[in-house]
Amino acid sequence: MIVQPTSMAPAVTLNASLLAGGVYESRELSGLAYLTGRLMDRGTERRSAEMIAEQLDDLGVALRVTTTRHLLGVSCTCLAEDLDDVLSIVVDVIRRPTFSEEEIAKRRAEAITTVRQDEDNPALRAADTLAELLYGPHHPYGWPAKGTVESLERIQRQDIVGFHAERVRPGVLSLAMVGDLQPDRVVDRIARELEDWAAPPPDAIELPAVSLATPRRTRLIEMPGKSQSDIAYGFIAVRRLDPRYYAYWMMNNILGQYGLGGRLGENIRERQGMAYYAFSSFDASFAEGPLVVRAGVNPENVTRALEAIDHEARRMGEEGPTPTEVEATREYLVGSIPRMFETNSSIAVFLQMIEQFGLGLDYAQQLPGHLRAVTFDEVRAAARDVLRPDRAAVAIAGPSMASRGS
Amino acid sequence: MPASAATLLSAVPRESRLDNGLKVIVHPVHTAPLVSLWCWYRVGSRDERPGQTGVSHWVEHMNFKGTTNIPRDQMKGIVERFGGMWNGYTWIDQTAYVETAGRDALDQMLFIEAERMGNGLYDQQDCESERTVIISELQGGENDPEQLLDTEVTATAFRAHTYGHPTIGWIEDLRSMSRDDLHAHYRRFYVPANSTVVIVGDVEPDDALRCVEREFGNVASSPAPERTTVIEPPQIGERRVVLERPGTIAYLKAAWHAPAVTEADFFPMLLLDAVLTGAKGVNLWSSFRGTTPQRKARLYTALVERGHASSVSGALLPTAQPFLYAISLTAMKGTSLQTLEGALFDAIDDLRANGVTDVETARARRQLRARLVFENDSVTNIAHQIGYFETVAGPGLFPELLSRIEAVTPEQVSGVARRRLDKAARTIGWYQPLEIGA
Repeated sequence: MIVQPTSMAPAVTLNASLLAGGVYESRELSGLAYLTGRLMDRGTERRSAEMIAEQLDDLGVALRVTTTRHLLGVSCTCLAEDLDDVLSIVVDVIRRPTFSEEEIAKRRAEAITTVRQDEDNPALRAADTLAELLYGPHHPYGWPAKGTVESLERIQRQDIVGFHAERVRPGVLSLAMVGDLQPDRVVDRIARELEDWAAPPPDAIELPAVSLATPRRTRLIEMPGKSQSDIAYGFIAVRRLDPRYYAYWMMNNILGQYGLGGRLGENIRERQGMAYYAFSSFDASFAEGPLVVRAGVNPENVTRALEAIDHEARRMGEEGPTPTEVEATREYLVGSIPRMFETNSSIAVFLQMIEQFGLGLDYAQQLPGHLRAVTFDEVRAAARDVLRPDRAAVAIAGPSMASRGS
Repeated sequence: MPASAATLLSAVPRESRLDNGLKVIVHPVHTAPLVSLWCWYRVGSRDERPGQTGVSHWVEHMNFKGTTNIPRDQMKGIVERFGGMWNGYTWIDQTAYVETAGRDALDQMLFIEAERMGNGLYDQQDCESERTVIISELQGGENDPEQLLDTEVTATAFRAHTYGHPTIGWIEDLRSMSRDDLHAHYRRFYVPANSTVVIVGDVEPDDALRCVEREFGNVASSPAPERTTVIEPPQIGERRVVLERPGTIAYLKAAWHAPAVTEADFFPMLLLDAVLTGAKGVNLWSSFRGTTPQRKARLYTALVERGHASSVSGALLPTAQPFLYAISLTAMKGTSLQTLEGALFDAIDDLRANGVTDVETARARRQLRARLVFENDSVTNIAHQIGYFETVAGPGLFPELLSRIEAVTPEQVSGVARRRLDKAARTIGWYQPLEIGA
């Protein structure tokens, strides 16, 4: 439980997050965490779906239930004066959802419609395909996060009830509340809402090992009628708690973030005018997360764009960054820390990240030191270890792909 | 009600005007050592003539490509050194540039904006490379069926007004415009008298004003450009556009002509949208942020809860001239667009015939009030909200937002629904997916 008073506006952001995301489901039932999340605020032992809808709409509050690979989150922002009522509803939907058959049918149909929408989105198709190429069929990072039409149709009520009972437990709940609040009062109030909730922590799971030394592989997804091709190109990098994490963070910032997409943006967008977006992202988590390059280009430019990505990855891998780039990126990242605390919800997200990875409550003060401690050689080593075009996985989704690729 | 209570800000923002005509608004917020600067121009895609659609947005892009005193490759490093973020956007009435960074960066942020206003380079080669970047942006948008449908419905709803063409422009215009077209548009609209600088954050107003004077004081004054005003003739018959393209899901969009933000109907219409689809943020940026409370909204219960649609949203944005009120629906797999359209218009007709209830109106008011509070969650968003209303609505409306919302009666909401959601004045768009391989 993390409570942080701020004085920006008479509002409070409430973020509950639980280790109950997609990695805890089986491949046959992929989408189970996602569907469970969509159902949690649709009726509890104490409130009907109708009552929840009415109470929240009257307060102007929209509850968001989200699922990621590891987390299931329930979050919202409310007026400070409504905090007690909203907290009580949030705890109720986490602890006591009823999962009625009628609601399951409705939300399943919506989830299937969403999955079908995603199938028509080249950027998402490329990203999902890349995850599959990187992690393979046995690692949950490689499975579609919302499931497939078939897996969603396979899920029974007992699967949802079972997933909730096994995974949504007090031992894996982290509750952050940030805003115009009195900490002591709020802590008492949360304690009252949760004191009679007892269940042992859920079983830990072990994620399969990932293989890094893979040959290059490319997959094309043909999507007739589309105007632009989306490229996703990546590697498996490191875990969040790996000592090399900060060097990887800085290296990725130079490669595909700094300014408008780092070296990639400078080459593909600024110099060659090929793409509106070209950047890289790095998502270190409990397991080894991916470093992914993304670009959206005219179908005629796919080969040229891939050459540019290969060129920048190889150049950074073989020659490393320049000392000027390393210092500029370091200065930027250290200087951007106060912006992580600009809004109540960004503060909540930061505080929960600290808690999930056990980084310590003084982490915001430690972070500049971690970034300053990274040496030039460590950034260079990060680039050398991961940016190997001969090991890249490449997914391209777009129109008429025949005769393209590498 | 004092202005500060009505806008839910801690104090009344401080306003000033430089000799060259530049308006400056400063609002101190000392919750974090950050400052956000927004520089606004009264120019958008409505100021474009046929053959030059998209020029305002392209000019915005060019304004990140270097100035007399900032080489192109350094333009993006100045704010980065302070850990800051920067961006820009163009829409139908306005173009805006933002930087948010540590308070020590204010001088550099103002320097960039003053350079952007007076000294853009418009190098021929940079114009060419940006042409293909913008065409890529347009084609990326075309990959999204909802965006394609939005472009078609908007163009169909307007016959005369320049709000009808997309802000990004028509592709043939993007292929044919020249560097001189861009530069002429830039020189005409980027003058102090056509701009407002908004500063919100950890600053003292007197200090901030001195910094603005120092950086912008030498930008030459010239009269604010005339903006052409086209009056859209009344729509006298339903219009329809049907897209049949490869896809997986069907979409429906219905649009009616909406009041401008300064018209008496605007606030009743804002509550009507909240009753139909739930309240969202009251400007372009904030309307995208966050989730809309809508489980009790009329169209959610009639269309989503009954299984006709998987999502519904409504959009009424403050605009300087009458734009559109649009409702967007995603059809549930297996529901035909005909069925969905029938259910939508049944719900609209019911509201027009029987009006809204007091309970619905009170809920809409409370939701909008909450959204106004939530929008004050950061220096960046407060500065955007102030600048948006100043630029699009003119001075004086921003301080009245809350009181105007609270004054709306159920009768006004019912009245605006009856008068404005007329069958003959609506434009309907269908996106009918063609199964691939079928």
